[in-house]
Amino acid sequence: MASGVKPRVKVPKSASAGEVITIKSLISHPMESGQRKDGSGNIIPRSIINRFTCEYNGQSVIDITLEPAISTNPYFQFDATVPEAGEFKFTWYDDDGSVYEDTKKVSV
Amino acid sequence: MEFTRRETLAIGAGAALMTVLPFRANASADDAIAAFTGGAAMADTGVELGAPEIAENGNTVPIDVSAPGASAILVLAAGNPTPGVATFNFGPLAGDQTASTRIRLAGTQDVIAVAKLADGTFARASKTVKVTIGGCGG
Repeated sequence: MASGVKPRVKVPKSASAGEVITIKSLISHPMESGQRKDGSGNIIPRSIINRFTCEYNGQSVIDITLEPAISTNPYFQFDATVPEAGEFKFTWYDDDGSVYEDTKKVSV
Repeated sequence: MEFTRRETLAIGAGAALMTVLPFRANASADDAIAAFTGGAAMADTGVELGAPEIAENGNTVPIDVSAPGASAILVLAAGNPTPGVATFNFGPLAGDQTASTRIRLAGTQDVIAVAKLADGTFARASKTVKVTIGGCGG
């Protein structure tokens, strides 16, 4: 259903140990709310990303539950602490069961 | 200007509807808050909610929430068909308890943020956003 889904994440390439960095994430997704109707009056079924998580070396940074009131192409900005060099793992969970992933390495 | 019996009844019915509708919208938001807090009392300080006073397009309204030390923040839009917007759960590596995103608002309404603070208490903040064009289609 949701086609052309493309995650994009902006993370600094390097940071000093213990530094707090800002992460911006965006994923192209229609986020069909389940409230809209098509031309013939039928309700367009809900199709959204319902959960987004960010982990660093397996430790949770943020875990967001999304509802239909989140805009098309869900965008999030948040802060993370970088204790040592490693990798951020971003995961988006779609209503239709698809899982979209992206990873970013950070050097210290 | 004189009202006929029919007009008076129509006006009365309209007024009754006007008072009932906002109450229903708020009731479902209150249910969502109660489910999140477990009915605990909420303080007025401890959580910050940033939202524009006037949003031209209800489809993308930028908001940000911040609650130092919070473990979770619930965001609600009381006037939407479904009041839930998002729940932010902060993990041990969260730099600070701040997040921003873009939300949909069906019309002019209050946006509410409820934070679960580090000591287990809850805090609440709300802000009225005027919406020129609603963002729920239909």
